[in-house]
Amino acid sequence: MTQLADQLLVVVLLLNFVVLATSRLSVSIRAVALQGILLGFLPSIIHTFSWHLAAISCGMIIVKGLLIPFLLTRALQRLLVQREPEPFLGYLATLLAGAVCMAVSFVFADRLPLAAGHQGLLFVPAAIATLLIGLLVLVTRRKAVSQVIGYLVLENGIFIFGQLLTEAMPMMVEAGVLLDLLVGIFVMGIVIGHIKTEFSSVDTSRLTALRDT
Amino acid sequence: MADYVLHILILLLLPPLLPGVIARTKAICSGRTGAPLLQNYYDLARLWSKGTVFSTATTWVFRAGPLVGLAAILTAGLMMPFGSHQAPIVFSGDMLLFVYLFGLARFFTMAAALDTGSSFEGMGAAREASFACLAEPALLFTLLTLTKLSGTYSLSGMLAHKSVMNLLHEGAALLLLAGGLYVVILAENCRIPFDDPTTHLELTMIHEVMVLDHSGPLFGTVLYGAAVKLFVLGALVTHIAFPFSSASEILDWGVFILSQLLLAVVIGLTESLMARLRLTRVPHLLMVACILTAFALLLVLR
Amino acid sequence: MVPMLIIMPLVGAGVAWLVPDNRWRPWLLPVTGLIHIFLTIDLVSYPPQASLGGWIRLDSLGSLVLLAISPLFLACAFYSVGYLAYRQERSNRTLCMGLLVCLGAMSLTAVARHLGLLWLALETTTLVMAPLIYFNRNARSLEATWKYMLICSVGIALALLGILFMAYSTMVAGQEATLLIDPLVAAARHLSPAWLHASFVFILVGFGTKIGLAPLHTWKPDAYGESPGLVGAMLSGGLVICAFLGLIRVYQVCLAAGDTSFYRDALIVMGLISTAFAAIFLVRQNDFKRMLAYSSVEHVGIVVIGLGLGRGALFATLLHLLLNGFAKGILFLAAGNIHRSYNSKRCDMVHGVLRRLPWSGGLFLAGFFAVTASPPFAMFISEFGIVSGAFADGHTVVPVLLLLCLAVAFMGMAANVLPMAFGERLRDSERTPYRDSLLTVGPPLMLAALLLVFGLWLPAPLVRIIRDAGMILEGMS
Repeated sequence: MTQLADQLLVVVLLLNFVVLATSRLSVSIRAVALQGILLGFLPSIIHTFSWHLAAISCGMIIVKGLLIPFLLTRALQRLLVQREPEPFLGYLATLLAGAVCMAVSFVFADRLPLAAGHQGLLFVPAAIATLLIGLLVLVTRRKAVSQVIGYLVLENGIFIFGQLLTEAMPMMVEAGVLLDLLVGIFVMGIVIGHIKTEFSSVDTSRLTALRDT
Repeated sequence: MADYVLHILILLLLPPLLPGVIARTKAICSGRTGAPLLQNYYDLARLWSKGTVFSTATTWVFRAGPLVGLAAILTAGLMMPFGSHQAPIVFSGDMLLFVYLFGLARFFTMAAALDTGSSFEGMGAAREASFACLAEPALLFTLLTLTKLSGTYSLSGMLAHKSVMNLLHEGAALLLLAGGLYVVILAENCRIPFDDPTTHLELTMIHEVMVLDHSGPLFGTVLYGAAVKLFVLGALVTHIAFPFSSASEILDWGVFILSQLLLAVVIGLTESLMARLRLTRVPHLLMVACILTAFALLLVLR
Repeated sequence: MVPMLIIMPLVGAGVAWLVPDNRWRPWLLPVTGLIHIFLTIDLVSYPPQASLGGWIRLDSLGSLVLLAISPLFLACAFYSVGYLAYRQERSNRTLCMGLLVCLGAMSLTAVARHLGLLWLALETTTLVMAPLIYFNRNARSLEATWKYMLICSVGIALALLGILFMAYSTMVAGQEATLLIDPLVAAARHLSPAWLHASFVFILVGFGTKIGLAPLHTWKPDAYGESPGLVGAMLSGGLVICAFLGLIRVYQVCLAAGDTSFYRDALIVMGLISTAFAAIFLVRQNDFKRMLAYSSVEHVGIVVIGLGLGRGALFATLLHLLLNGFAKGILFLAAGNIHRSYNSKRCDMVHGVLRRLPWSGGLFLAGFFAVTASPPFAMFISEFGIVSGAFADGHTVVPVLLLLCLAVAFMGMAANVLPMAFGERLRDSERTPYRDSLLTVGPPLMLAALLLVFGLWLPAPLVRIIRDAGMILEGMS
């Protein structure tokens, strides 16, 4: 079963690179949605069945796989934006930076000792790698929707790590995390809508009026 | 002994079949009948019986280019194990010689192209050089991963090793390797999405434009060399993607030949389903191949 | 009783949603604030036992935080009634609801004993304050809101990872995974140091973003600059303290683990970078609200340095944490008044405030003196305590650098504030019908009086609470 979890995590990591490499926003959203769905299946694979687990899995799949992509796609349609212009670093350099982040996360994870049942699993490096690549997307993209996608990837990374602790973290906090994520995305969506109205564009490189003169 | 003879015979005789299969697949996909499967053999025979014209601007490099290329690729083919059998030339570290032989072939092709003094060939040589910079690391990462998995530095040792054949345990890494290597094959052998082999516009060519000035037997050598290159690299991919080993020798050889033909069909399908990439996008795709193979190396190194 | 602290403001928020009249709605805020401060004083004097399965308990650190946020909220609440009377052109429903929910969430932060619950409360405050920053509904405040949302959300997410690392460190040690603070502190010696280090780094970065440690402070000048003064006061006084509490709780566990040099060094370095950044940026500010943001970064740096130094400087650090909220309250509320009157935030457009608005100008000036640690205001005692405690413990480089940064910050701020207060009236400065009223001047005046009184005499119960809090943090020292 842990082998299956490892293969799943490899696919999740490859999806990170899809988000990094593509310039079409709809592809990014679908990649993140697929990542969310795969991660929703992850708890059921590695832990024994319980109703709590099933509820978390279903909630994750619905929220991350359906609800949030739906909100983002609707925002995309209202904003009439299809493609992300060249990010601040350029696609080649961003891919290279993503590869470096992944290597760094593997090295870093090797230095951290693992608990008894978790030896040799990909969870810790995958979590840190996804987190770093989410941060990379957030920092190097211009469009506000891409920055939200980067934030989603970051939260996915944190979720991967949280899987190691599912027995320990009671339902309340996990549900609260999901809820906060949803509300956060919702608020971001509203702000993006306002940005579109105020600035007639969602190119955040235009948000430069506030500076220290 | 019989193994080696069979290996050399297959290496010499089978390669021109592969481009034929690819062309047939593309024809079937577009609803045509297409050329006969053995068309390449007829073409080679025709070319080898022709005379040659040499430009007065060229030197011995121009004549040596295709010949050295063919010699290098054939030697590399002697080091690549076919099926689950050992290759005729085996020594520790032969994987590095393998990569360098390809590099030698590429160098002489580019030198021959530059030797003509024509701007088209020069442009092709420049493109070839820059794409090779991105494709070779992918190949090296693949070989490094295989070395780590098997513990030997020899191609025959690597590809026949148990852990390399074990798809269940190392499935993720091997899959990534196969994917990255497939992209490299497409790049090295001028297939879509990197290079359209049927284009007649010189500005869009990468590999064909380098050999524009060759004619007659030398051009035949060029075509034959390209087919052998596809065959040898294809053997590497099929080893990683379909590891198969059984007691019966005939079955092994049969499976090997079938898997090579299957690879040719897959390449044909890829060519039919995709369009040529914009030239500025080619480095991105090669970088993705590098990342896939580097990722496989990371997975194996843990 | 303790859950009442949290539930009552949320009920108030619900009522605020229902009240239709824009003029009467702001009165909910002082009413809730009064109930809250009575509850706080009652609970702090007679701390009850743990409730909700040990997830909620009021200890001295929590009491300190409650004592910091409750008077600040009360002041902001009374101020808001007067302020919103001038801003009748837009609906204040979101503002009132947001402030009340924020008060509930901040109270939850103060009493939470489970790190996950603490994190949840902080995330709620982050989300709830976003619409409040956007109160002015223009392009600039939208930009400020976007930066705030993005940077603070990332910070909170990183802090969550740090908290998860801490839970995992208990699993690696072979114990039952827990996020409750008391079991964590008890088991701290056995926890894996690698995971604790990693956890602390992520939490320092994560909560540090909320607090405003440089270089993660980039959202602060924009958010404080574009939001109403009232919101700025709550952000810099209330939220900073609550985020600090998150950092301190984790620091408590790390200190109990034994080898503390890594954590202390990290805190001192980040603190010094913050004060240096703030000092440099304070010098050439043209917008007095952004200047207040950098002043906030400076004080955050001072508190973080104090936490890192610990031991002799700890009492003064915790006192500074308490007083910082009040001082920022005075500054932001007075700045709000000045902004209302001059309709401009630029220092070169606002001169001679003392003449036009004697009370607000005087309070702004008093706030400036308080925040730059001039006697007889109480912050002199706390900052002096930090520096002298540092020297007494044997450090030399750190207090000297700190003093240097403080001096530069003082000069920078003075170069901005003094012309504002005393300068000649400018020909082209605007004059709006705003007048100082009891409601807009009284609350900051009360806060200033508090700071003056504390500067001369610290009440014994307060001293006891701060000492207990220091004991919790440093163990036996």
